Amino acid sequence: MVDRMPDEVADHGAPAPDALVVAGVPLGSRLVMGTGGAPNLLHLESALVASGTELTTVAMRRVSRDAGPPGAGTVWDLLARLGIRPLPNTAGCFSAREAVLTAELAREACGTDWIKLEVLADEITLLPDPIELVAAAEQLVRAGFVVLPYTNDDPVVARRLEDVGCAAVMPLGSPIGSGLGILNPRNITAIADRSTVPVILDAGIGTASDAALAMELGCDGVLLASAVTRAADPVRMARAMRLAVEAGRLAASAGRIPRREQALASSPTHGLLDLAL
Amino acid sequence: MTRVVLNGEERRLTGADDLASVVASVVAPVLPAPGDTACGSEAPTGIAAAVNDRVVPRSRWASTLLRDDDRIELVTAVQGG
Repeated sequence: MVDRMPDEVADHGAPAPDALVVAGVPLGSRLVMGTGGAPNLLHLESALVASGTELTTVAMRRVSRDAGPPGAGTVWDLLARLGIRPLPNTAGCFSAREAVLTAELAREACGTDWIKLEVLADEITLLPDPIELVAAAEQLVRAGFVVLPYTNDDPVVARRLEDVGCAAVMPLGSPIGSGLGILNPRNITAIADRSTVPVILDAGIGTASDAALAMELGCDGVLLASAVTRAADPVRMARAMRLAVEAGRLAASAGRIPRREQALASSPTHGLLDLAL
Repeated sequence: MTRVVLNGEERRLTGADDLASVVASVVAPVLPAPGDTACGSEAPTGIAAAVNDRVVPRSRWASTLLRDDDRIELVTAVQGG
């Protein structure tokens, strides 16, 4: 990676951003990618490589009869080839029951206990249904899954998810695919401050500054798809997101200056010239 | 002749009525070719099957006999999320 994408932080001798650890597994990148929205696998591959991600979502869908000839690439093959850990999701599920069965199918199909748990309330808002979500999370944790739930930006629901044993919580910044960024930064901070499991901002990211803000608010990672796959130049945006997540992480740990109501001169106020102009 | 519902479509099984045969008739193109190191091993292929809302592990596909009205879901990992 380094030869293709120079890490400017490392080049200047500063410590590289630390690993994101989920359920004891260290991930070298704090950027989790989705694969939805990419027009084809070639574009997706370039974007995934540019993002530096080590964890990437896939959805589970019925096998179609026209699956293509032998050897035709699939997203499954692509992730395997790139050495990226797959994170199957339960996208499209509207009840705990559906989500649990989908997770069980995903575990069998993908050979991983990790599941991005999505239980949506309806097809219009695509917002999580917190009641069904917590119920599904509890069942899946009991069944041995490593559960990463997509949830609202509600600190109480986040706490419930943590209490039932989720390995991370993934609050939304704004609705899926909206690109509206982080609508309630104070709630995200409240979730991140209290959580003892990683907090991954999921959904709503539109551009790099949104991803940086998520990290500055205290998130441990960012999950995004559309912001990259639907950008005019996905590879360029993937790199922007990678750098933004790193920059935000560094800034969050660098101790930002307090906000002030008024200006504070940064140049010395003594020794000023006395010019008779 | 066994009648099942495969991914929401009615299907009459003209050949063997075990799950492995049904799966092979649909997903042969996307499963590893014979001789591929992954074939027959436990390596995940991105494909899974459920019968009547219960997941059937790949190791049991061949021994799972289908009956009339069984609902089979055959799913694979696709782009998403």
